[in-house]
Amino acid sequence: MGDFIANFGLGQVPITAYLGVSLIMFFSGVYGFLTRKSLLMILVAVELMLNAVDINFVVFNRFLFPGQFEGFFFALFTIAIAACETAVAIAIIINIYRNTSSVQVGDLDEMKE
Amino acid sequence: MANQIIFYVLATIIATFSILAVTSNKIIRSALYLLFVLLSTAGLYLLLNYPYLFGVQIAVYAGGVMVLFIFAIFLTNKPGDKVEKEQPIRRIVAAITAITGVALCAHIIYYNVTKAFTTFIAEEEKIQNIGHTLMGTEKYQYLLPFEVISILLLACIVGSIMIARKR
Repeated sequence: MGDFIANFGLGQVPITAYLGVSLIMFFSGVYGFLTRKSLLMILVAVELMLNAVDINFVVFNRFLFPGQFEGFFFALFTIAIAACETAVAIAIIINIYRNTSSVQVGDLDEMKE
Repeated sequence: MANQIIFYVLATIIATFSILAVTSNKIIRSALYLLFVLLSTAGLYLLLNYPYLFGVQIAVYAGGVMVLFIFAIFLTNKPGDKVEKEQPIRRIVAAITAITGVALCAHIIYYNVTKAFTTFIAEEEKIQNIGHTLMGTEKYQYLLPFEVISILLLACIVGSIMIARKR
């Protein structure tokens, strides 16, 4: 707490604060992944986790290696891969809905064709 | 001082809405809360002096992915549908897992990440440097991953059309 007050006086945000934010985001994603039953909601939880990882990459790059681009490009490529993954997942979900009229994981107990 | 206030506002928004996004009962609200989280994350990137990443986050996540999500929700849900929940015992187990994870990682971060890193050099990278790094073939340059990502995107487009087309 003392560190926090000292930092607040200095006008700087410590690295631990950024990491704490992404920590809360990641584990709320884990909770959603384990508790939700709709496929779309599971996808929302996965997006939250990927986004938390992006924040971590960027924060480590900015605080520990300023002037380099490693974390920056990892975050950039992670965003691209997340977009790909979402597109394919939503195509699969819509196809499942067309076949079984439901997107709940409990109803998906057989493979069509 | 100003960036501290902005950071804590954004952090509060992210924490609140990411928890709401995974606990909300209505599926469309959950998607909307996810949008708020993604926009606040873009704000964090701007606060860390990465304006290019800010633009990418807004364009790809808030623009592309959220449109896909909302279309998928409209296509697969009847109005007024509630989200089905797991049994309470499983929810409690999941909550215990998440809280244990938060506690463990917070302990590790608090005691092992050195307190020296409270400041960062706030210089803004030139967009020219980003372009050279993205398109160069030397060490620490990223042309090969860039091309691999483009092939992945192509495979993803073809795969989505194959999966979602009508037979």
